[in-house]
Amino acid sequence: MLRRLFNRGFDRVERLLDGAFGPAWNPLAHLGSLGWLLFWVVAGTGLYLFIFFDTGVHAAYESVQWLSEDHWYHAGVARSFHRYASDLMVLVMLIHILREWAMDRLRGRRWFSWVTGVPVLWFVYISGITGYWLVWDTLAQYVATVSTELLDALPFFSEPIARNFLSPETLNSRFFTLMVFLHIAIPLMLLLMMWIHIQRITDARTNPPRGLGIMTLLALLAVALVMPAVSQGPADLATVPQRVGVDWFILSLYPVIESVPPGVIWTGALVITFLMIGLPWLPPRREAPAAVVTLDHCNGCARCVADCPYAAITLVARSDGAPFTHEVVVNEDRCVSCGICMGSCPSSTPFRRSEELTTGIDLPSRPLSQLRLEVIEAARSLTGEGRVLTLACQHGSAGAEGPGRVVLPCVAMAPPSLIDYIISRGLADGVAIAGCSERECFNRYGQEWTEQRFARQRDPYLRERVPRERLLLLWHGTSEARRTLREIASFGARLAAMPAYGKVRPITETRAPDRAGAPEAGT
Amino acid sequence: MTRPARYRDMVAGGIVTLAVTAGAAWLSAKPEWQSLEPGMALVRISFTHGGDRSGSCRPLTAEELATLPRNMQRKEICDTHYPPVTVELDVDGQTVLARELPPSGFNGTGPSRLYQRIELPAGSHDFVARLRDNPQTAGFDYENRAQADLVPGQSYVIEFKPAQGGFTFR
Repeated sequence: MLRRLFNRGFDRVERLLDGAFGPAWNPLAHLGSLGWLLFWVVAGTGLYLFIFFDTGVHAAYESVQWLSEDHWYHAGVARSFHRYASDLMVLVMLIHILREWAMDRLRGRRWFSWVTGVPVLWFVYISGITGYWLVWDTLAQYVATVSTELLDALPFFSEPIARNFLSPETLNSRFFTLMVFLHIAIPLMLLLMMWIHIQRITDARTNPPRGLGIMTLLALLAVALVMPAVSQGPADLATVPQRVGVDWFILSLYPVIESVPPGVIWTGALVITFLMIGLPWLPPRREAPAAVVTLDHCNGCARCVADCPYAAITLVARSDGAPFTHEVVVNEDRCVSCGICMGSCPSSTPFRRSEELTTGIDLPSRPLSQLRLEVIEAARSLTGEGRVLTLACQHGSAGAEGPGRVVLPCVAMAPPSLIDYIISRGLADGVAIAGCSERECFNRYGQEWTEQRFARQRDPYLRERVPRERLLLLWHGTSEARRTLREIASFGARLAAMPAYGKVRPITETRAPDRAGAPEAGT
Repeated sequence: MTRPARYRDMVAGGIVTLAVTAGAAWLSAKPEWQSLEPGMALVRISFTHGGDRSGSCRPLTAEELATLPRNMQRKEICDTHYPPVTVELDVDGQTVLARELPPSGFNGTGPSRLYQRIELPAGSHDFVARLRDNPQTAGFDYENRAQADLVPGQSYVIEFKPAQGGFTFR
């Protein structure tokens, strides 16, 4: 319920942003890649700032002041980029987490990306915290004191670390060397975790659309020039920071840490971490079984390998002695049963004559033979002129079951030959493909592959004989159900005004496929 | 097909991006957080000190000495565990801290440690710190006094340094 509420909320906000950025550049559809861009900005500017940074109780603050004031036009700008890109990275990351949860893209076999994202969250925060420490201004003093007091609550240290910050005499310059080391080592670990995070998806987008990236960099530059990042006065351990300007992205927990006993903070952090790690199984998703390959119908063409968005299919050497060099293998742990592979298989054609309608790669829980029956069944409810059969994505605006509608895990599960079948067999006057939102496909590439197949740019192509005007593609989000119905009705009216399709070869009762997937007429 | 970006998208999107980035920049330092209330000073009492283990020491017997190599022979053997340390701090006649600090470490073989924050209003205050590190002592082994005029935002540190006669105040 709550998840659905958030899902619809995101969809509405994203529609607004579609208006400002256009669907191709909508930042909410590119949060992951924006995170990567911001990471590289932070890493690049960090390396540049390291050239000018001195490690030492007094040298640290002075060097940061020098680069911010005397050399504001390069090093100062780099410092502002470094800080503000870090803040944006936290913002992007938090929205990314919330959005993936709202879209339920964490359960089932997609758990890996979610679980490996949890350490990323902590590494981002720790990287930011150690960075603020290095400036050694009053904020750094505040951060150092509160952080070490929190750490001292753990029974690991023989001497309280916070004692280092008791007075000016107790602090050693070596401490800054340690902090610099941590501020480099932790982001490196962060990078490693980010790399692991994207391992189970094909062609992970680590670069945002160029326009969006340039916009982000230009905005950072403008803000760096107008609102440069500055220090808050030198740290003085003879005093206590009374009022500090906290970075509410990276240090937002610090006021809480001050107000709550450390045991509660550590327990809370542990509980939240384990809760987040466990979310994909709370409750577990009953996922359909993974796709299966039937070697008798597979020639190892590798179209399913290219189309699988989750790197779940691999090409291996032929094992059955058939005269082909390769065959495909499905990794069950990665397959989310989206059906895109079935839609990509050249042998997935409902016209096929065979004892049973079998295809090279199929979903055991919803094979092509069943899909064909569902389409025929759905077509029975269509009457009058301008009959529209809708093939809908369950994650889009037409995801609910309805008359004349077949709901699929992804519209790219429908092979182009199915459209040909529906129209040429007279099951409907036209077909509406109602996918998910234009800005982003739930299964990453379903929209792109569908459009390319129907535009006859990607195998398997939509045959030339299928009149393109009898096909409607709709990419609407979950909150646009009414708009979808309106456009389908309007499409039906257009179909009704068209002359009837003249090449219909109806399915005769004797040839109609039964539940066992009995033979169908050939083309 | 996702429609390609238009000139309008660059302008409107650019404005939104700029606004979000400026908002992030503002939130990177504002609003300020009041960590210590105005007019207050902070007293921190902190030390690391192991209790006196001499009470647990006993001379080695001749048989025990015989089992040891010559370079490891010593007159007496002591318990590796530290006894707890008891500490008290009075401010203006009021006891604000009274704790028995167990030894640190999973086996109790590390020294006792303390780090305690006490917020006080600025002004003149009298401090009395006491510590017992020998379990045999009836009262306290150390007692030191100090008077300090604290200004708002001052950090006042009380440490225990036996070599300097007990507690130090600065």
